Amino acid sequence: MLNKDGRRVNGSMIKNGLSRMNERGNGQGAGYAAYGIYPEFAEDYALHVFLDNMKEAKFSVEKEIERWGYIVHAEEIPVDDRKVEVSHIPYRYFFKPDPEKLLGRKIDEKDAILKMVMDINASRSGALVFSSGKNMGIFKASAWPEEVGNFYMVNKYKGYLWLGHNRYPTNTPGWWGGAHPFGLLDWSVVHNGEITSYGTNMRYVESFGYSCTMLTDTEVVTYLFDLLVRKHRLSTEMAGHALAPRFWDDIDRMAPNERDVHTALRLAYASASMNGPFAIVVGNTGGFVALTDRIKLRPLVMGYRGKTAFVSSEEAAIRAMEPNLDRVYHPPAGTPVVERLEGRA
Amino acid sequence: MNERTIDVKNLDYRELNRTIREAVAGGVRSITLNNVLGQRFIADGITAKDLSITVNGVPGGDLGAFMDGPSIRVNGNADHAPGNTMTSGTIIIDGDAGDCVGHSMRGGTIMVRGNVGYRVGIHMKQYREQYPKIVIGGYARSFLGEYMAGGIILILGLDATEAIVQDYVGTGIHGGTIYIAGELEDHQLGVAAVRKDFTEDDLQVVTGLITQFNAQFGTDVDPAAITFTKIQPMSARPFSGLYTTER
Repeated sequence: MLNKDGRRVNGSMIKNGLSRMNERGNGQGAGYAAYGIYPEFAEDYALHVFLDNMKEAKFSVEKEIERWGYIVHAEEIPVDDRKVEVSHIPYRYFFKPDPEKLLGRKIDEKDAILKMVMDINASRSGALVFSSGKNMGIFKASAWPEEVGNFYMVNKYKGYLWLGHNRYPTNTPGWWGGAHPFGLLDWSVVHNGEITSYGTNMRYVESFGYSCTMLTDTEVVTYLFDLLVRKHRLSTEMAGHALAPRFWDDIDRMAPNERDVHTALRLAYASASMNGPFAIVVGNTGGFVALTDRIKLRPLVMGYRGKTAFVSSEEAAIRAMEPNLDRVYHPPAGTPVVERLEGRA
Repeated sequence: MNERTIDVKNLDYRELNRTIREAVAGGVRSITLNNVLGQRFIADGITAKDLSITVNGVPGGDLGAFMDGPSIRVNGNADHAPGNTMTSGTIIIDGDAGDCVGHSMRGGTIMVRGNVGYRVGIHMKQYREQYPKIVIGGYARSFLGEYMAGGIILILGLDATEAIVQDYVGTGIHGGTIYIAGELEDHQLGVAAVRKDFTEDDLQVVTGLITQFNAQFGTDVDPAAITFTKIQPMSARPFSGLYTTER
């Protein structure tokens, strides 16, 4: 859900919506992403990290972080651990990159964060960075959505954009790192389905310096968005079309300009396009985009009320959050729906 | 008398269905469910022919699946696959519905006042007197009547804000008929689907369904004012040569 006017609400609302869809999960993974929750550290990167221990793992992650800048503030993420079996220690750092350290390496600030996160996650040092944006954060674990929400006390955070997910792991392990949302920089991704083109997509993003370490397919979607939108500067809509390309038959029937664009996208991004059933929602500081696979093998429904846009697998979950909707809409297959904060292009 | 109203707010679907079954076993023949929100599998497998159920709210998926006899009316939107594999009875939805409406339906009638999603009527089939019928008031998305083996689908396209049907209409169809209130382009037809002449007999069938639709929703759709397109399979075995060399 996105409050387009930037109004911040706590996480209890989305927790209630998610719990309407417990049939879609099995208690092996759930999580939340929230934007606007750290106004006191708005200019710092908020690194959420799963630590295996408070000694070697913490030491090695801090050593890596301090290669790139300095830690403004560090603390354990407050949790209420009465109901959740804790397999990692959720920790957070508010971090500022040091321009001088970046200068020496001739690297853009966000690329530096990307490299730092990938290095930590690929080094098997007992630390996993699962959230690395500014003024946003991901909270996830292996449990039911209500349990994860209560564990992290999401009712104590206020955000203008919330994503939530209830996982039913099928092909890959149910573990804390594999719970959704997945995140990198300001991106967060939740997904229903499976990316059968994962191998191709993974090799494609890894050739650009990303490394897939979460043992499941959805992770790669996060890196595809970062690559296509942040680095290649495609619009969010165009990135959506690249990942769920139009059929050639449809492209043949388009007007010439449009045909050229979609032909170019298919040719340039053949290895980025995603196969298999999916409904995804991708969050960023400016809003969210929702997208299904082009033959609609997973459900997706939008709801609107005043300045709030909702998206979900089921209308009932939206109505659990907001019973009185102005409009309910099922987006067509393979068509990105972008909802933006007011004033954002 | 023989009626029951149940507030199902926050009730799990298992408990909800147990309550329905107990009420039916106790002779109740009219059930109203209030505050329905996302409960799946409502009234699945119920066989009481004279039972009517009113659903106020937004039910979850597979409403009335495997049902044999009852009438359900939904005052709200339905989710995916209402009437999944139902044998007989009616489901009336005064709203929109999601994907796969009437999935593998074997008999009975589904009517939706508004729009529906993808793969409506997928795998529906007929056998002797078992003859399923789906009537959609608004538009239907792609893969309408996919692998359809029998029965009737009628799309009226009332107040449609987009194309009445999209692409891949009747892909893999090998039985049954799809009627569309309007035209469609050749490329919208799926593999194995062809246009057939719309005859007087077809008009009678369609008029009967529209009369029921008007009665259910208080509309005044006039079949005589509509040019219908009729779609049927090109043959009963469109893929006979696909895996075996019969020729």
